[in-house]
Amino acid sequence: MLSPLGLILIKDEDAMSSEIVKAEDIEKSFGGIKVLDRVSMAVSAGEICCLAGENGCGKSTLIKVISGVYPHDGGRIELNGREYQRLGPIDSIREGIQVIYQDFSLFPNLTVAENLALNDQVESGRSLVSWGRVRRIARESLAMIGIDMDIDKTVGELPVSSKQLVAIARAVYCNARLIIMDEPTTTLTQKEIESLFSLIRGLREKGISTLFVSHKIREMLDITEKITIMRNGRVVVSGYTRDFDEIKITQAMTGREISGDRFRWSGNTGEPPLLRTEKLGRSGAFQGIDLTLRRGEIVGVTGLLGSGRTELALALFGKGPSDEGRIFRNDREIVIKSIQDAIANGIAYVPEDRLTEGLFLEQSIERNLFANIYRKFINSVGLLDFRKVRAAASEKARQYGVTAPDISLPVRSLSGGNQQRVVLARWMSTGADVLILNGPTVGVDVGSKFEIHKKLREITESGVGILIFSDDIQELIMNCNRIMIIHKGSFTNEFRSDTLRESDLIDCLNASR
Amino acid sequence: MNKILSKNEFWLFCILLILSCIVGGINDAFWSGTNLFSLFKSSVVMGIFALGVLIVILSGGIDISFPAFAVFSFYITVKYLLYIKFTGSILIPFAMAMAIGVALGLMNAFIISTFKLNPLIVTLGTGSAVTGFLRAFVGTGTLSNLPQPLIDFSRWNIYTETLADGSVIGFSGSFLILAALIVIMALILRNTTMGRGVYALGCDSVAAMRAGFPVRGIYYFIYGLVGALAGIAGIVHCSLIRLANPRDLEGTELEVIAAVVLGGASLTGGRGTVLGTVLGVFLIVLIKGSLILVGIPSDWQKVAIGLVLISATSITAYRAMRAGM
Amino acid sequence: MKGGLGKLVRSENNLFQLTIITVCTFALMCWLLPGTFLTVRNFRSMSFQFPELGILSIAMMLAMLTGGIDLSLVGIANLASILVALSFVKLMPPGSSSGVVIAFMAGAVLLAILAGSLCGLLNGFLISKFNVPPILATLGSMQLYTGIAIVITKGAAVIGFPPQYSVIGNGSVGIFSIPLIIFISLLAVFAVLLRKTNYGINLYLIGANMKAAIFAGIKTDKALMISYMVGGCLAGLAGLVMSSRTNGAKADYGTSYILQSILVSVLGGVKPSGGSGNVAGILIAVLALQFLSSGFSMLRFSNFAKEFVWGCFLLAIMIINYFTSERNKT
Repeated sequence: MLSPLGLILIKDEDAMSSEIVKAEDIEKSFGGIKVLDRVSMAVSAGEICCLAGENGCGKSTLIKVISGVYPHDGGRIELNGREYQRLGPIDSIREGIQVIYQDFSLFPNLTVAENLALNDQVESGRSLVSWGRVRRIARESLAMIGIDMDIDKTVGELPVSSKQLVAIARAVYCNARLIIMDEPTTTLTQKEIESLFSLIRGLREKGISTLFVSHKIREMLDITEKITIMRNGRVVVSGYTRDFDEIKITQAMTGREISGDRFRWSGNTGEPPLLRTEKLGRSGAFQGIDLTLRRGEIVGVTGLLGSGRTELALALFGKGPSDEGRIFRNDREIVIKSIQDAIANGIAYVPEDRLTEGLFLEQSIERNLFANIYRKFINSVGLLDFRKVRAAASEKARQYGVTAPDISLPVRSLSGGNQQRVVLARWMSTGADVLILNGPTVGVDVGSKFEIHKKLREITESGVGILIFSDDIQELIMNCNRIMIIHKGSFTNEFRSDTLRESDLIDCLNASR
Repeated sequence: MNKILSKNEFWLFCILLILSCIVGGINDAFWSGTNLFSLFKSSVVMGIFALGVLIVILSGGIDISFPAFAVFSFYITVKYLLYIKFTGSILIPFAMAMAIGVALGLMNAFIISTFKLNPLIVTLGTGSAVTGFLRAFVGTGTLSNLPQPLIDFSRWNIYTETLADGSVIGFSGSFLILAALIVIMALILRNTTMGRGVYALGCDSVAAMRAGFPVRGIYYFIYGLVGALAGIAGIVHCSLIRLANPRDLEGTELEVIAAVVLGGASLTGGRGTVLGTVLGVFLIVLIKGSLILVGIPSDWQKVAIGLVLISATSITAYRAMRAGM
Repeated sequence: MKGGLGKLVRSENNLFQLTIITVCTFALMCWLLPGTFLTVRNFRSMSFQFPELGILSIAMMLAMLTGGIDLSLVGIANLASILVALSFVKLMPPGSSSGVVIAFMAGAVLLAILAGSLCGLLNGFLISKFNVPPILATLGSMQLYTGIAIVITKGAAVIGFPPQYSVIGNGSVGIFSIPLIIFISLLAVFAVLLRKTNYGINLYLIGANMKAAIFAGIKTDKALMISYMVGGCLAGLAGLVMSSRTNGAKADYGTSYILQSILVSVLGGVKPSGGSGNVAGILIAVLALQFLSSGFSMLRFSNFAKEFVWGCFLLAIMIINYFTSERNKT
């Protein structure tokens, strides 16, 4: 058979052990700031590698240099043994390097078939579209990764995991020799991650290498053979995965050791609970939810994507409110029909997607801190007292460890961790004593993650109760005293985390599927 | 069957049919050849414009400069042809107007793609700059003695009928131009890489760039095409009314955008069809042309168009909002 | 980080640049038109002309702050002024005593504000409750309001104001014209509203990120509705000033003001994507435009030539802003 894959196999036979990418002493600066400082790394055919590091360590820049998006300032780049002085995106693609970005770069308004065939269509320089050919390419590319899918569906209707499969199939069809995946597991459930990994192992059998860009330590240990860890624009360590363990990786990424104490709750079960729901439901999302949150508790809620997890979090905050059941605060019944109701009842919510739902990137840190509590600073004539605002904002920033030279700078200029602290500080300033966090550390690097968890524990000491909605199992076990599992809109299990093992929770999640 | 029912085009067609029956029921004159032919005739210019607006909206942009470009192209073309006492083929004025339109459209494309500016404001700027230039430096007078080829073109009918009172009515040949352009545009959008690129660009410009589309090239293609269509529409317009008036067509952008949006194109880009657009145009033309037939004074035309635009956009936006919840 | 001055220049970069443009325009006109531009007479006549554009520009800025646009402003202004004109013509008995006239004038002001607010409210309603893109909503409502004005007047101009009414557009207190006083007071009100109130800051936040504003508990629907309503109210006031100054009201008066008010906003530093802009920018930008406009009139430019210049000017400003923001990025 003369499928494109067949061609790859033949080509690969003599190049099996050769290096697809060999980058030596790469340097790159933006506006005088050195982002990559003599970085070297290599990926050989049939390898599964990982490029790890905290946000802002330079790993994305390195990927963009390898894929030809940014020109390198110094060093050597060899692709399949050929050196490039000035690598362009087209060169990189021609050498078989395909990048799958976090957003997959798919077109939700077009069908699966067209998404799969578009790259080929453009690259082959055809000016006319033959729809028969489009469908043939689509079927072939899905067959190459052994997946069956309705190619006439529009991509917008697909779940995230299927979108990722489309992106992978498209990359493989474009004669990929190396697929670079940027944080591929962020939006996947445990089960989907496993099937992704087996797919990637299958690709390796066909000689296609994979380079993960990730900061999820557990997953790296699971699948990769080689790990390169970057920090502050340099490679700090590089070697075979079998020589690493979690602690060693964390240390290399953050430059310090992170302690592993689990959160313990020592409150009084006799007091009326901060928040209690009775048979709470919202049609089509969740039903019969009985949830109790006591002073100083951190309760985790986890479940697969589409289990009603996010809907429950939002409903408690008044967005897409519940339509049945009752909610109590300190044994007093309350009604939450809007976000304003929730805020008035002392409930705060830190959204999942910091950039699109949490922050006003172009606005000042001060405005971001006080977005919803400016009315606290109104003076006797009904206007805002900015001297008070500034003082309070600086104080807040200090209290929450937001490191910024000036609170009038746009929040865009802060790092991911600092941005998350701003959002957290905003919500704690509303005087809420129930804090709902949805994926509190998604896209936050290990160091900041640790800081945020520490801050959360600190907050509970003043009697605040915290609800964490997350799919980061490690995060939940380390930081919650109780964990609820939600499946098909109902709570199925409840765990006390002090004795819980990670594997138990994962088994439980997968069993519910 | 479900697929057909869920299509915007199907419902548009139903509305069009029902509305025709209502108007025809109130006033028989609606079904007369005179009226129907004139409805088709008045849909030509608007239809050509709408095809251009469709492609811009598909790409996620918007253009309100095309009426100005149309006027600029036809006025300069006619003025020049009168000056050289032109009597040649009708193709020449069309080619000239198209060339002028393309040049102006490329200017839009250059500004929007190079400086990444808001297309509404850019085309507002280029539109008034072009109109102002024309009226200040080229002329404001109406040219009523068009070159002979244009007059011949306006008399071109593909079907004529002699009425009882001896007057002759005809189905204007200009409709063929619209029909041809509809087919060409449908083919471009469905069967060329460029056309698919327009959909891709309207959906996600970064992804389109990563897929290898020459994104800037697509912008030039889109706005150039809009300019070309504006040029054609301009010549058709002035030939049909047998006048070249530099104050014409002002405000048509609104009706055309209304028609395209009514036809199901989404202002956020990536969604919309040629068929829907054509039906949208017919609907707007029908509403405009039928007010008098059902006894509503023509003063109400603007109110009617405004109401149609507001209700159509409200319904689609509301549906999208409900679906997104 | 550099010192405070550097920061000030950077944060007010746009305003600084704008002031220079305005001063240069002024100097250019003084040089081109010695003896006619720099005269008390010219300044007096300018002070009657630009306030209406200024008021419309404040309204445009309000819409653009939240990332929207309001193309119906001139339509609202004309509709309001026609309603006012008709109330005088149809309702006021001829030869009324000045007491009655003054009562009617008070009623006229209320009517203009009310009509403008209602029109704006409809815009706000469509935009916030139905999620209609502002371009489409206001394009449609522009057509609707102009259409209603045509239906009421059959397209003709309405004239016949009492002489007392023209004081609003043509009178002055001391050396200040009444339109100018109205404009300056509105500027002051909106400066306070946008800088010193919770609502003003909410508008900026909505423009910067609508979704985050919703999650922050800001009542975005209500805020948007109010901002378009206030915009409509301002347009109504502009209509009042316009009709009083020209002593007439017509459905298609001043259509070029839409382009000009967008030009003033963009020139004044309002970003079309939302989240930034201030009243000081509007003031300086409207002055710059008036200097140009008066100068051109004295140089015997036709209105068409002005339209040409405004279009080019709008494009030039957007392109300059692009280059400055690119430079700030690196």
